[in-house]
Amino acid sequence: MSHNTMNLKLKVWRQKNANTTGAFKTYEVNDISDEMSFLEMLDVLNEKLIVTGDEPIAFDHDCREGICGMCSLYIDGKPHGPWQANTTCQLHMRAFKDGDTITIEPWRSNAFPIVKDLTVDRGAFDRIIQAGGYVSVNTGNAVDGNSLPIEKAKADESFAAAMCIGCGACVAACKNSSAMLFLSAKVSHLALLPQGEPERKSRVLNMVAQMDKEGFGSCTNTGACEAACPKEISIANIARLNKEYLRAGLTAE
Amino acid sequence: MTFKQMFISSVGKKLIMGFTGIFLVLFLIVHAGLNACIWAMDGGVMFNRAGHFMGSNVVPRILEVGLFFFIFLHIIQGYLLTLHNRSKRSVGYAVNYSKGSKWYSRSMAILGTILLLFFILHWKHFWIPSRITGVEEVTLPNGLMVHNLYAVMQETFQSLWVVIFYVIACISLGYHLAHGFQSAFKTIGVHNKRYHALISTLGYGFAIIIPLAFAMMPISFYLHWVN
Repeated sequence: MSHNTMNLKLKVWRQKNANTTGAFKTYEVNDISDEMSFLEMLDVLNEKLIVTGDEPIAFDHDCREGICGMCSLYIDGKPHGPWQANTTCQLHMRAFKDGDTITIEPWRSNAFPIVKDLTVDRGAFDRIIQAGGYVSVNTGNAVDGNSLPIEKAKADESFAAAMCIGCGACVAACKNSSAMLFLSAKVSHLALLPQGEPERKSRVLNMVAQMDKEGFGSCTNTGACEAACPKEISIANIARLNKEYLRAGLTAE
Repeated sequence: MTFKQMFISSVGKKLIMGFTGIFLVLFLIVHAGLNACIWAMDGGVMFNRAGHFMGSNVVPRILEVGLFFFIFLHIIQGYLLTLHNRSKRSVGYAVNYSKGSKWYSRSMAILGTILLLFFILHWKHFWIPSRITGVEEVTLPNGLMVHNLYAVMQETFQSLWVVIFYVIACISLGYHLAHGFQSAFKTIGVHNKRYHALISTLGYGFAIIIPLAFAMMPISFYLHWVN
C-alpha cells in the first residue's frame, strides 16, 4: 500500500469564548500522511501551535472510535466531513487531496453556544434526555429477560433508533437548527418497546416541551439531518415522533 | 395539556401546516376539476354553469369561508415558522450544506411567496370581479343568467405577461407540492414504510399533474385552443 503525504491549507474558526466574536484563521499543515485520522491531523497542527507559543485549537473528542458522540466539526460544508455514515474521529485524511483547502467550522445553532473555537455546549441534549428520555424502574429482583416478549422487527427498529449517539450533527445540518432527528430517535427507541409504554405519553410531551425551551427550530422534513447522521438514524423516526405527539396531545387530560 | 399548548409547540405548529396543507391539496383537485370545464369546447357554457353553481350554492360558499381561513392560516403560520426557524442560527456557515436535501424542500417560503403574489393577481382577475365589482352576464341555453367568467378568462389570458406569470406560478406550485405533499403526511405522523412510499409517489404525481393542468388553462386561451 502506498503511503502518500499531503500539504494542506486549513481555514479554522477561532473564537476565544462565547462572549467574543470569532473569525476564520488560515493555517498550513505539511507532510500529513493519508493514513492519519482527521483529528490526528489537528493534533499535529496543535503541537506546532504550542511550540510557536500560539493558542492550540479547541475541539471536542473522546473515544475516537465513532461511538461516543463527543466529536463534532462541520468540515467543508458537512457535519462530520465528506464521508457518509461517519464521525469526524473516523474520518481519515485519504478523503482529501494534496493542496486542498479545508474549511472547519463549529456546529452552528443558538441552542449550542460556542465554548471556544470549535467546541460547542451540547448540554441542551442532556436536558432533553432528563425531561423524559428514560424508563422509570423500581429496583428489586432482576426480572427474567424473556418474561417480556418483544417482536424481533420492533426490537431491531428500536435498536436502530437507539444507535443515536447524540452528537448533534442533525442540528448542525438542519437549516432550521431543529433537534427533531435526535429527539425522534430517543422517543422512538422507547416507544417501540413494552418497557417504554407506561411513560409513553408524558415522555413525548415533556421532551418536546424541553426541546422548545432549549431554542431549537421546527422540522420541515428536508432530510438534511438523515443525510448527515453518522449513525444513519432514519427520518421515519420524526414521523413516528409526530404521531406519538399527536396521540399524546389529543388524549392527555 | 391544553389544545393551545399543543398547537403552539414546535411540533404543533407543524401539525397546523400539515393539516391545512392537506386541505389545500384537496381544494386544488376541486379547482382543477371545475376549471377543466373550459375544455368542454362548448363556448364556455359548462364552465359558466359550474362557476354559477360555485358562486350561488350554499355548500361551496360555506366551504369558501373555510378555504380562506385555512389558506391564510397556512400563509401566516408558514411565515412565522420561517422567521422562527431562521432566528435559531444567528451566525451562519461559511460553506452551506446543500447536498443532503433538495433545493425546493429548503425553499418552501420563497415558493410560497411567489404563490401569494400570484393569488393577489389571481383574486384581482377573477374572485374580486365575480364576488364584488361584478361581471358581465350571459344567458345559458336553459335561460339561466350567469356571470360570463369564461369571457373574463378569454380576455385576461390574451396578455402574454399574464400567461407567463401564471405558468411561473404553476411551476412554483409544482415544486411547493413536490415537497409539501409528502412532508404534510410525515408531519401528521405517517411513518409506515409502505404508506410512505405510496404517498411519496402520489405526491410527485400530484405535483406534476395538477400544476400542468392549471398551466394549460392560460396557455389554451392564449393559443386559441379553446374559443
